[in-house]
Amino acid sequence: MDSNSYRTPLGRARGLGSAHTGVGRFIGERATSVALVPLSLWAIYAGLKIAPLGYDGAVAFLQSPLNAVLAVLLIAVSVSHMDMGMRVIIEDYIHKPISKIVLMLLSTGVSWTFGALGIVSVLKVALMSAGTH
Amino acid sequence: MSEVKADAKSPVSGAARARPLSPHLQIWRWHITMAASIATRASGVALYVGVLIVAGLAATLAAGPDAYGVYTGLLGSPIGLIVLFGLTVSIFYHLAAGLRHLVFDSGKGFLPATANATAWAAFAFAAVASVLVWAGYFLLLGH
Repeated sequence: MDSNSYRTPLGRARGLGSAHTGVGRFIGERATSVALVPLSLWAIYAGLKIAPLGYDGAVAFLQSPLNAVLAVLLIAVSVSHMDMGMRVIIEDYIHKPISKIVLMLLSTGVSWTFGALGIVSVLKVALMSAGTH
Repeated sequence: MSEVKADAKSPVSGAARARPLSPHLQIWRWHITMAASIATRASGVALYVGVLIVAGLAATLAAGPDAYGVYTGLLGSPIGLIVLFGLTVSIFYHLAAGLRHLVFDSGKGFLPATANATAWAAFAFAAVASVLVWAGYFLLLGH
Protein backbone atom coordinates (compact mmCIF):
# COMPACT_ATOMS: atom_id res chain seq x y z
CA MET A 1 0.00 0.00 0.00
CA ASP A 2 1.30 3.44 -0.89
CA SER A 3 1.93 5.20 2.42
CA ASN A 4 1.73 8.62 0.70
CA SER A 5 -1.85 8.06 -0.54
CA TYR A 6 -4.54 10.39 0.79
CA ARG A 7 -7.32 7.87 0.17
CA THR A 8 -9.11 6.71 3.29
CA PRO A 9 -9.24 3.01 4.15
CA LEU A 10 -13.04 3.04 3.62
CA GLY A 11 -12.69 4.66 0.22
CA ARG A 12 -10.05 2.10 -0.72
CA ALA A 13 -12.23 -0.78 0.49
CA ARG A 14 -15.24 0.37 -1.48
CA GLY A 15 -13.18 1.15 -4.54
CA LEU A 16 -15.04 4.41 -4.96
CA GLY A 17 -13.66 7.80 -5.80
CA SER A 18 -15.83 10.92 -5.68
CA ALA A 19 -19.56 10.87 -4.98
CA HIS A 20 -20.22 11.77 -8.64
CA THR A 21 -23.10 14.07 -7.70
CA GLY A 22 -21.41 17.38 -6.85
CA VAL A 23 -21.23 18.73 -10.39
CA GLY A 24 -25.00 18.91 -10.75
CA ARG A 25 -25.26 20.94 -7.55
CA PHE A 26 -22.40 23.22 -8.64
CA ILE A 27 -24.08 23.87 -11.99
CA GLY A 28 -27.48 24.35 -10.35
CA GLU A 29 -26.11 27.04 -8.03
CA ARG A 30 -24.56 28.91 -10.97
CA ALA A 31 -27.52 28.47 -13.33
CA THR A 32 -29.98 29.86 -10.78
CA SER A 33 -27.61 32.75 -10.01
CA VAL A 34 -27.44 33.68 -13.72
CA ALA A 35 -31.25 33.55 -13.99
CA LEU A 36 -31.56 35.73 -10.89
CA VAL A 37 -29.53 38.57 -12.40
CA PRO A 38 -32.43 39.82 -14.57
CA LEU A 39 -35.10 38.49 -12.17
CA SER A 40 -33.74 40.37 -9.14
CA LEU A 41 -33.49 43.60 -11.14
CA TRP A 42 -37.11 43.06 -12.20
CA ALA A 43 -37.99 42.48 -8.51
CA ILE A 44 -36.63 45.95 -7.66
CA TYR A 45 -38.60 47.45 -10.56
CA ALA A 46 -41.77 45.60 -9.52
CA GLY A 47 -41.39 46.72 -5.89
CA LEU A 48 -41.01 50.35 -6.92
CA LYS A 49 -43.94 50.00 -9.31
CA ILE A 50 -46.50 48.55 -6.88
CA ALA A 51 -45.34 50.43 -3.75
CA PRO A 52 -47.50 53.55 -4.38
CA LEU A 53 -50.43 51.73 -6.02
CA GLY A 54 -52.45 50.13 -3.24
CA TYR A 55 -54.48 46.93 -3.51
CA ASP A 56 -56.24 47.50 -6.85
CA GLY A 57 -53.05 48.66 -8.55
CA ALA A 58 -51.08 45.68 -7.25
CA VAL A 59 -53.77 43.29 -8.50
CA ALA A 60 -53.77 44.98 -11.92
CA PHE A 61 -49.97 44.72 -12.02
CA LEU A 62 -50.04 40.94 -11.45
CA GLN A 63 -52.89 40.46 -13.96
CA SER A 64 -50.47 41.42 -16.71
CA PRO A 65 -49.37 37.97 -17.98
CA LEU A 66 -45.74 39.07 -18.33
CA ASN A 67 -45.61 40.30 -14.73
CA ALA A 68 -47.32 37.13 -13.46
CA VAL A 69 -44.84 34.90 -15.31
CA LEU A 70 -41.86 36.90 -14.03
CA ALA A 71 -43.22 36.87 -10.46
CA VAL A 72 -43.63 33.07 -10.55
CA LEU A 73 -40.13 32.66 -12.00
CA LEU A 74 -38.67 35.05 -9.42
CA ILE A 75 -40.16 33.06 -6.54
CA ALA A 76 -39.36 29.61 -7.98
CA VAL A 77 -35.75 30.35 -8.95
CA SER A 78 -35.11 32.29 -5.71
CA VAL A 79 -36.42 29.42 -3.60
CA SER A 80 -34.21 26.92 -5.43
CA HIS A 81 -31.15 29.19 -5.09
CA MET A 82 -31.72 30.03 -1.41
CA ASP A 83 -32.38 26.39 -0.55
CA MET A 84 -29.00 25.41 -2.03
CA GLY A 85 -27.23 28.44 -0.52
CA MET A 86 -28.54 27.89 3.01
CA ARG A 87 -27.65 24.21 2.73
CA VAL A 88 -24.02 25.15 2.00
CA ILE A 89 -23.98 27.45 5.04
CA ILE A 90 -25.42 24.71 7.29
CA GLU A 91 -22.91 22.18 5.96
CA ASP A 92 -20.07 24.63 6.63
CA TYR A 93 -20.96 25.58 10.19
CA ILE A 94 -23.05 22.76 11.71
CA HIS A 95 -21.12 19.55 12.18
CA LYS A 96 -23.29 17.60 14.65
CA PRO A 97 -25.12 15.15 12.35
CA ILE A 98 -28.56 15.37 13.97
CA SER A 99 -28.52 19.18 14.11
CA LYS A 100 -27.27 19.38 10.54
CA ILE A 101 -29.98 17.08 9.20
CA VAL A 102 -32.76 18.81 11.15
CA LEU A 103 -31.65 22.28 10.03
CA MET A 104 -31.32 21.23 6.39
CA LEU A 105 -34.80 19.67 6.42
CA LEU A 106 -36.19 22.76 8.16
CA SER A 107 -34.55 25.18 5.71
CA THR A 108 -35.68 23.24 2.65
CA GLY A 109 -39.18 22.88 4.11
CA VAL A 110 -39.49 26.60 4.91
CA SER A 111 -38.10 27.56 1.48
CA TRP A 112 -40.50 25.43 -0.54
CA THR A 113 -43.52 26.02 1.72
CA PHE A 114 -43.19 29.79 1.29
CA GLY A 115 -42.35 29.27 -2.38
CA ALA A 116 -45.56 27.30 -2.97
CA LEU A 117 -47.53 29.87 -0.96
CA GLY A 118 -46.09 32.70 -3.05
CA ILE A 119 -46.61 31.01 -6.42
CA VAL A 120 -50.19 29.89 -5.68
CA SER A 121 -50.95 33.42 -4.43
CA VAL A 122 -49.53 35.05 -7.57
CA LEU A 123 -51.54 32.65 -9.76
CA LYS A 124 -54.72 33.27 -7.78
CA VAL A 125 -54.36 37.04 -8.20
CA ALA A 126 -53.30 36.74 -11.84
CA LEU A 127 -56.21 34.47 -12.77
CA MET A 128 -59.01 35.98 -10.72
CA SER A 129 -61.59 37.67 -12.91
CA ALA A 130 -62.20 41.40 -12.73
CA GLY A 131 -64.86 42.32 -10.20
CA THR A 132 -64.21 39.44 -7.80
CA HIS A 133 -61.81 41.57 -5.78
CA MET B 1 4.53 28.35 19.83
CA SER B 2 6.65 26.26 22.17
CA GLU B 3 3.57 24.80 23.83
CA VAL B 4 2.29 23.39 20.54
CA LYS B 5 2.53 19.63 20.60
CA ALA B 6 3.73 17.79 17.59
CA ASP B 7 0.71 16.24 15.91
CA ALA B 8 2.29 14.54 12.93
CA LYS B 9 5.29 12.51 12.08
CA SER B 10 7.62 13.31 9.27
CA PRO B 11 7.16 10.68 6.56
CA VAL B 12 10.91 10.65 6.02
CA SER B 13 12.51 10.42 9.45
CA GLY B 14 9.55 9.45 11.59
CA ALA B 15 10.62 12.09 14.09
CA ALA B 16 7.89 14.17 15.75
CA ARG B 17 7.79 17.82 14.71
CA ALA B 18 5.33 20.68 15.15
CA ARG B 19 3.08 21.38 12.20
CA PRO B 20 2.14 24.97 11.26
CA LEU B 21 -1.24 26.20 12.45
CA SER B 22 -3.43 28.64 10.53
CA PRO B 23 -4.18 31.87 12.40
CA HIS B 24 -7.44 32.02 14.29
CA LEU B 25 -10.22 34.25 12.89
CA GLN B 26 -9.87 36.68 15.80
CA ILE B 27 -6.21 37.45 15.14
CA TRP B 28 -6.58 37.72 11.39
CA ARG B 29 -6.28 41.28 10.06
CA TRP B 30 -9.47 42.40 8.34
CA HIS B 31 -9.09 42.83 4.62
CA ILE B 32 -11.57 43.75 1.92
CA THR B 33 -11.83 40.36 0.21
CA MET B 34 -12.59 38.75 3.56
CA ALA B 35 -15.31 41.33 4.24
CA ALA B 36 -16.68 40.76 0.72
CA SER B 37 -16.88 37.02 1.32
CA ILE B 38 -18.67 37.41 4.66
CA ALA B 39 -21.03 40.04 3.23
CA THR B 40 -21.94 37.72 0.34
CA ARG B 41 -23.13 35.10 2.82
CA ALA B 42 -24.80 37.62 5.12
CA SER B 43 -26.69 39.25 2.24
CA GLY B 44 -27.72 35.79 1.03
CA VAL B 45 -29.22 35.00 4.43
CA ALA B 46 -30.97 38.39 4.44
CA LEU B 47 -32.43 37.67 1.00
CA TYR B 48 -33.62 34.26 2.24
CA VAL B 49 -35.78 36.21 4.70
CA GLY B 50 -36.60 38.69 1.90
CA VAL B 51 -38.12 35.94 -0.24
CA LEU B 52 -40.29 34.89 2.72
CA ILE B 53 -41.44 38.53 3.01
CA VAL B 54 -42.26 38.65 -0.73
CA ALA B 55 -44.21 35.37 -0.46
CA GLY B 56 -46.13 36.92 2.43
CA LEU B 57 -46.90 39.98 0.30
CA ALA B 58 -48.27 37.77 -2.49
CA ALA B 59 -50.31 35.76 0.02
CA THR B 60 -51.91 38.86 1.58
CA LEU B 61 -52.63 40.25 -1.90
CA ALA B 62 -54.43 37.00 -2.70
CA ALA B 63 -56.25 37.12 0.64
CA GLY B 64 -57.85 40.49 -0.09
CA PRO B 65 -57.68 44.25 0.46
CA ASP B 66 -57.81 44.12 4.27
CA ALA B 67 -54.89 41.71 4.70
CA TYR B 68 -52.92 43.53 2.00
CA GLY B 69 -53.54 46.86 3.72
CA VAL B 70 -52.28 45.57 7.07
CA TYR B 71 -49.20 43.94 5.49
CA THR B 72 -48.21 46.95 3.37
CA GLY B 73 -48.85 49.13 6.43
CA LEU B 74 -46.23 47.11 8.30
CA LEU B 75 -43.81 47.34 5.37
CA GLY B 76 -44.37 51.11 5.20
CA SER B 77 -43.70 51.64 8.92
CA PRO B 78 -40.27 52.99 9.95
CA ILE B 79 -39.02 49.52 10.89
CA GLY B 80 -40.52 48.09 7.69
CA LEU B 81 -38.77 50.72 5.57
CA ILE B 82 -35.44 49.99 7.27
CA VAL B 83 -35.92 46.28 6.50
CA LEU B 84 -36.82 47.07 2.88
CA PHE B 85 -33.79 49.34 2.49
CA GLY B 86 -31.60 46.58 3.95
CA LEU B 87 -33.07 44.13 1.44
CA THR B 88 -32.38 46.61 -1.39
CA VAL B 89 -28.72 46.82 -0.32
CA SER B 90 -28.62 43.03 -0.01
CA ILE B 91 -30.03 42.50 -3.53
CA PHE B 92 -27.54 44.89 -5.13
CA TYR B 93 -24.60 43.58 -3.10
CA HIS B 94 -25.43 39.90 -3.63
CA LEU B 95 -25.94 40.63 -7.34
CA ALA B 96 -22.52 42.26 -7.71
CA ALA B 97 -20.82 39.63 -5.54
CA GLY B 98 -22.52 36.87 -7.51
CA LEU B 99 -21.26 38.27 -10.81
CA ARG B 100 -17.78 38.56 -9.24
CA HIS B 101 -17.93 34.91 -8.25
CA LEU B 102 -19.07 33.84 -11.73
CA VAL B 103 -15.89 35.49 -13.02
CA PHE B 104 -13.91 33.65 -10.30
CA ASP B 105 -15.51 30.39 -11.49
CA SER B 106 -14.08 31.03 -14.94
CA GLY B 107 -10.63 31.11 -13.35
CA LYS B 108 -10.12 34.84 -13.70
CA GLY B 109 -9.89 37.72 -11.21
CA PHE B 110 -7.73 36.08 -8.55
CA LEU B 111 -4.75 38.45 -8.64
CA PRO B 112 -4.76 40.20 -5.23
CA ALA B 113 -5.00 43.67 -6.78
CA THR B 114 -7.89 42.57 -9.00
CA ALA B 115 -9.74 40.74 -6.22
CA ASN B 116 -9.36 43.76 -3.91
CA ALA B 117 -10.61 46.17 -6.59
CA THR B 118 -13.65 44.06 -7.49
CA ALA B 119 -14.52 43.61 -3.79
CA TRP B 120 -14.49 47.40 -3.29
CA ALA B 121 -16.48 47.79 -6.52
CA ALA B 122 -19.18 45.39 -5.28
CA PHE B 123 -19.59 47.35 -2.02
CA ALA B 124 -19.59 50.68 -3.88
CA PHE B 125 -22.15 49.44 -6.40
CA ALA B 126 -24.47 48.23 -3.63
CA ALA B 127 -24.27 51.54 -1.75
CA VAL B 128 -24.68 53.79 -4.80
CA ALA B 129 -27.42 51.74 -6.48
CA SER B 130 -29.45 51.45 -3.25
CA VAL B 131 -29.26 55.18 -2.50
CA LEU B 132 -30.12 56.05 -6.11
CA VAL B 133 -33.16 53.75 -6.16
CA TRP B 134 -34.52 55.06 -2.84
CA ALA B 135 -33.69 58.69 -3.54
CA GLY B 136 -35.22 58.34 -7.00
CA TYR B 137 -38.38 56.84 -5.56
CA PHE B 138 -38.92 59.43 -2.86
CA LEU B 139 -37.50 62.54 -4.51
CA LEU B 140 -37.91 62.24 -8.26
CA LEU B 141 -41.23 60.41 -8.35
CA GLY B 142 -42.57 62.51 -5.49
CA HIS B 143 -43.94 59.64 -3.40
